[in-house]
Amino acid sequence: MMTGYRPLLWPGGLALLSTLGLAAVALGALLHAAPELSMAAVWDSYTLRVLRFTVIQALLSTALSLAFALPVARAFARRTSFPGRTFLLRVMGLPLVLPVIVAVFGIAAIWGQNGAISNAMEASGLPGLSPLYGLSGILIAHVFFNMPLAVRLLLGAWQTIPGESWRLAGQLGMGPWAIFRLIELPRLISVIPGVAMLVFLLCFTSFAVVLALGGGPRNTTLEVAIYQALRLDFDIARAVGLALVQVAACAVMAVIFFRFAKTPESQATEERLIARPDTDHLPGRVIDTLALVTGSLWVLGPLIAIVIAGLSGPVIDVLSRREVWAAALRSVSVGVGAGLLALVLGIALLATTRDLAVRAGRTRLADRMELAGSLTLVISPIVLGAGLFVLLLPLVPVFDWALPLAALVNGIVAVPYVLRILAPTLRRTAEHHDRLCASLGLRGWARIRHLEWPASRRGIATAWALASALATGDLTAIALFGTQRDATLSLMLYRALGSYRMDEAAVLALLLVGLCLVVFVVIEGGIGGRNRT
Amino acid sequence: MDVTGLELSGVRFGYGDWQVTYDLAVPSGSFAALLGASGAGKSTLLSLVAGFERPTAGAIGVQGKDVTNLAPAERPVTTLFQEHNLFPHLTALQNIGLGIDPSLRLTSTQKSDISAALERVGLAGMEARPPRELSGGERQRVAIARSLVRQRPLLLLDEPFAALGPALRRDMLDLVNALRRDTGMTVVMVSHDPADARRVADCTAFLHDGGIADFGPTASLLDNPDVPALAEYLGV
Repeated sequence: MMTGYRPLLWPGGLALLSTLGLAAVALGALLHAAPELSMAAVWDSYTLRVLRFTVIQALLSTALSLAFALPVARAFARRTSFPGRTFLLRVMGLPLVLPVIVAVFGIAAIWGQNGAISNAMEASGLPGLSPLYGLSGILIAHVFFNMPLAVRLLLGAWQTIPGESWRLAGQLGMGPWAIFRLIELPRLISVIPGVAMLVFLLCFTSFAVVLALGGGPRNTTLEVAIYQALRLDFDIARAVGLALVQVAACAVMAVIFFRFAKTPESQATEERLIARPDTDHLPGRVIDTLALVTGSLWVLGPLIAIVIAGLSGPVIDVLSRREVWAAALRSVSVGVGAGLLALVLGIALLATTRDLAVRAGRTRLADRMELAGSLTLVISPIVLGAGLFVLLLPLVPVFDWALPLAALVNGIVAVPYVLRILAPTLRRTAEHHDRLCASLGLRGWARIRHLEWPASRRGIATAWALASALATGDLTAIALFGTQRDATLSLMLYRALGSYRMDEAAVLALLLVGLCLVVFVVIEGGIGGRNRT
Repeated sequence: MDVTGLELSGVRFGYGDWQVTYDLAVPSGSFAALLGASGAGKSTLLSLVAGFERPTAGAIGVQGKDVTNLAPAERPVTTLFQEHNLFPHLTALQNIGLGIDPSLRLTSTQKSDISAALERVGLAGMEARPPRELSGGERQRVAIARSLVRQRPLLLLDEPFAALGPALRRDMLDLVNALRRDTGMTVVMVSHDPADARRVADCTAFLHDGGIADFGPTASLLDNPDVPALAEYLGV
């Protein structure tokens, strides 16, 4: 490390200042509105009931997701080569990018009162399923999203088991149970708390699922209660109180999360492909097959239902409506704008953290700055939006600004994705090539053109595409700021679901998925280039 | 030889407890080897000469010119690193071209110079190849070709051939040595193998205990080690 090196502080400083500044302003606006209310009025039986439901549904969702994910992940870990394995792993990644409200439609098409399962049961003389709304619906939706996420994270832990362990286990004649107890369990114990905390946090702050399936004050979480107080009851005092409770709860959880969430130290060696000795055991084969089939159907069912219902709905009728395309255009502009904002903030932050970590030897400071860029873990988009709402309401016509505000909130929410995708590439580029650049005099624009851009354009494309696709399907921010006049496609879909216009909803859902896909593919292909390796 | 190709006088550098002082004069146009145990400061010496590190005291001269305060790109020096000598997304021609113009605007004369350089390192016609389509040895040859077009009088070898097999390593050393004779440049290499030094180096420096413990013609230095630490290092 060079002595007396002066790191490039301003880009990251500016990025953090604007995101943290915005969060501070939003929180400040909430606190400023708070003195007019007494905390006692907010901390009443309603708040307590909402908080209790929020915690209970999150606990149950986490437990169910993990209980389901463990056998599925173990089956993926044990069966390293069966036809369709790569495809199924990809499928496990889909719920992450599927717009939540679209997924809710797909889940209703399978598990709802008139869904595929209920119809099949009635056809065979059994009583059908009860409506999806309420706790059971929320749990099904949360497990739909988080079981695949947990599978992917747990599988990562399995893959850090060194190949030599399998060779040793085979030589010592360890059976499946001994292998699980002595090799796999110790490795899992080190990651399960982190995975569980992440899933709990996601379910605790889940908005669109609960909004669509929650039905009534009995099944409301803090996030949805804040929204209802702001937009339905127009009770700003209550919204502020609930938002403060939410921030406090998330702050506590985030602290616990970062205590638990240590990345498992990789002990994987060069020889990764040593076969496990326990793959021929018959009961194991049965269990793994069952787990894989159930897990795949669980995820694929709603996805297929979305496609079938959409194609058999009134496609021509819906697609010939001018307002549908206007809404689609709004969704895309929010999405692309949010993606661009996230990209600019993320790259600015990484320019500084890379300089600190690679060239100034200040790795800890760099990591902390990147962590601060992920502040939405503590300040959820609803709280951020609520703060902006309370701040701007007396100043500007908030509802006229719905789209830029939605893009702003979504952009800040997406910064962590940009950081995760681009940080390794940017740091590696500096580590490998700094000296060569220095000796060749490659700097400034020439360095960007000949080194940074070719090295990171794929990552930039993926980050922008992912952030944009997620924001295109967003319901959280637009529910807060949007009106009938400037509805996005997701808001239109939510309203169609709310008024039981299921045929229309089916087409809108498929259109929204298609739109997110197009946004993703166009940005990734257009920016990332095709013929690059 | 009147001019020194590389001169370090009272060059000091270190972190905390670990401090080194270098005094060395390598004659112009010669091939010098740096031997010594791991951690003796061989690569640090090269980093100081290339300008990646700045000494806390002393002066560094190349071909009689003081370079102590110059930026790496301004020094009349080229370094071949152990790895990452080439940008993976650029062709051989572009990688070499960066040595002529960092913004890669090349005239047709410069392009034919590059082709000539490729030919000299035995890679004629490979202009359009990206590094992934070259073997490890060929990649280092491209880097050598770049050092040729840069026309810097001092070439530093920071173990660029360490990952290659013994026969290939000898070929590469012979290639560098032949190019040195043609161009009259000075070469300084870090080495772990006294046999490599014997093969190509006119003179050898032995680094030990925070400085240069011995320096002289390679053959006499290695045949009759009069410094005890060198004898111990060589195992004689």
